[in-house]
Amino acid sequence: MAGQTLYDKLWSQHLVKERDDGTALIYIDRQLLHEVTSPQAFEGLRLAGRKPWRLDANLATPDHNVPTTVKERAEGNAGIKDPVSLIQVQTLDDNCVEFGIEEFKINDPRQGIVHVVGPEQGATLPGMTVVCGDSHTATHGAFAALAHGIGTSEVEHVLATQCLLAQKMKNMQVRVEGELGTGVTAKDVVLAIIGRIGTAGGTGYAIEFAGSAIQGLSMEGRMTVCNMAIEAGARVGLIAVDDTTIDYLAERPFAPTGEQWQAAVADWCGLVSDDSAEFDKVVVLDAAEIEPQVSWGTSPEMVTGISGEVPDPAEQTDDTLRSGYTRALQYMGLAPRQKITDIRLDKVFIGSCTNSRIEDLREAAKVARGKKVADSIKLAMVVPGSGLVKRMAEAEGLDRIFTEAGFEWREPGCSMCLAMNADKLGAGEHCASTSNRNFEGRQGYGGRTHLVSPAMAAAAAIAGHFVDVRAIEEA
Amino acid sequence: MNKFERTEGLVAPLDRANVDTDLIIPKQFLKSIKRTGFGINLFDELRYLDEGYPGQDCTHRPLNPDFVLNQPRYQGASVLLTRRNFGCGSSREHAPWALEDFGFRVVIAPSFADIFYNNAFKNGLLLVTLPEETIDRLFAEVEANEGYRLDVDLENQRVTTPSGEILEFEVDDFRKHCLLNGLDDIGITLQDEEAIRVFEAKHRAARPWLFRDTAQA
Repeated sequence: MAGQTLYDKLWSQHLVKERDDGTALIYIDRQLLHEVTSPQAFEGLRLAGRKPWRLDANLATPDHNVPTTVKERAEGNAGIKDPVSLIQVQTLDDNCVEFGIEEFKINDPRQGIVHVVGPEQGATLPGMTVVCGDSHTATHGAFAALAHGIGTSEVEHVLATQCLLAQKMKNMQVRVEGELGTGVTAKDVVLAIIGRIGTAGGTGYAIEFAGSAIQGLSMEGRMTVCNMAIEAGARVGLIAVDDTTIDYLAERPFAPTGEQWQAAVADWCGLVSDDSAEFDKVVVLDAAEIEPQVSWGTSPEMVTGISGEVPDPAEQTDDTLRSGYTRALQYMGLAPRQKITDIRLDKVFIGSCTNSRIEDLREAAKVARGKKVADSIKLAMVVPGSGLVKRMAEAEGLDRIFTEAGFEWREPGCSMCLAMNADKLGAGEHCASTSNRNFEGRQGYGGRTHLVSPAMAAAAAIAGHFVDVRAIEEA
Repeated sequence: MNKFERTEGLVAPLDRANVDTDLIIPKQFLKSIKRTGFGINLFDELRYLDEGYPGQDCTHRPLNPDFVLNQPRYQGASVLLTRRNFGCGSSREHAPWALEDFGFRVVIAPSFADIFYNNAFKNGLLLVTLPEETIDRLFAEVEANEGYRLDVDLENQRVTTPSGEILEFEVDDFRKHCLLNGLDDIGITLQDEEAIRVFEAKHRAARPWLFRDTAQA
């Protein structure tokens, strides 16, 4: 008999009830809440006269709407100049008080992007089910937690019942074998995976990322990979537990202590797919073949290596793909066969739930150290993922490396990843961004996003156009 | 939630794949704390020629004449015909809220993104998945015939074309049941309250570190 995959194990450990119609109730251990997708859920509870099932399973923080300039943040909520954004953040504060949910408020040093905060606090643990009204909840799968992005109705459902209605997904394994080249990071790995399987390649699947190149990544790198599982269509990304996972979690504020820690670690060691487990689909990539990636289009699957060029839509045989490529090139203001290194940039954004952790900032700082942002760049900004990441970076002197090079050093939040606050692109501006989506208008009306790693973003800021970070690092 | 049994309505074709939820409802409109009022900003960046902002009176904004939903022949459409992987990207439930608020009751496509699929059914919006070849044919028929309408019958899981052709579709029993009856699934889940409590007690006993009050005892 075939063994179980990691996903199968997590599923069965949380299965409350299976219904005849194929749906199941699964128990949720942790819900992370933010201001954008929760107000209607709390309102639903109020209207129905319901209370949260279990308060200590929830943790909230505002992240999408918060300003990132030092001056505005010093004023707390009053620093949010957009009145609609202010209402949303204030509503989260009010709801957390009314329902008794722990919240890291705007100027709490622990505030930050939910997907940075959860793991950093040890609020995300192996073997948990984690949900959040945000598709990048897949991030937490890096800890072998079964983490789902959910909609607002589901947020309300989890608040009220501690369960999620779900259907079991299929299992996919994406193995990246071998050693990554110098200057090639987790971001490049996941962009290469999306380029291979496509933006809908993982629809209906839970993807487990495995192989020696994945095992060689730090927790920060693993989070970057799982974060973008949704960009390949998969709600769930997973990585098995190993020593790297356990070392990261030791002594985190929400992590178990004493005997509980010992018992937990023993349990977590079983959170791997059995050798005899069978996957519905297996994809294998050779790590050595992955070069630094740059997206050229308006979907994360529209991506290529730094030595590549923008494709020619005329060469696409599929009608839908051809028209999609044509539209993307028009929106992006790029020509067929244009070299990636010839794409000139206006702005650079280093941040987001994909790439705003300490390791990301270290990688970018390594490239920026002693250099200057090109004069042609209107804005280069670094937005740490949380107050604690910011403090750690400052203790290491990374903030000075950035500011001396001409980058702005900001306060934590989602910022220009989706531009719900004041940080956004102008129409037609090209941005080297360490975020996760290059959709039309995502970073600002008419804005043109190119997804890259932190090191590639920093290198692009200095050159004013895309360059191969490997050439810089070797020099 | 709204019930859905059957609808007969005008079809509007949105001929592009991978329509993401940022395109369906751009982020600036997500600042609302309500569930309603998003229809006016559905496909905002495609529909208008200027940049929209929340709370704006949209009646005088310049419309993009090339966008399908602005064309006279598609006014009043309640069925959206589109391409593969519709609803990809962000988990924002504002996407189905906007589609419904605009007047769509059904979206027909070769495939949908997972989170969007869940969100739509929780809001009375029926998603019909049909094979790519069928979708190609429907696009051709819609474009060739002004006033093209489809009859979508959830109970019998079939779409009927003006020529009487019947296209059968799959939908899982639970979602169908909820949609046909307009059921709130929190209420249904709470019928299993006892089972959840029993599970929770067992879960806590097996893995106490997952609960904050027993993790650091």
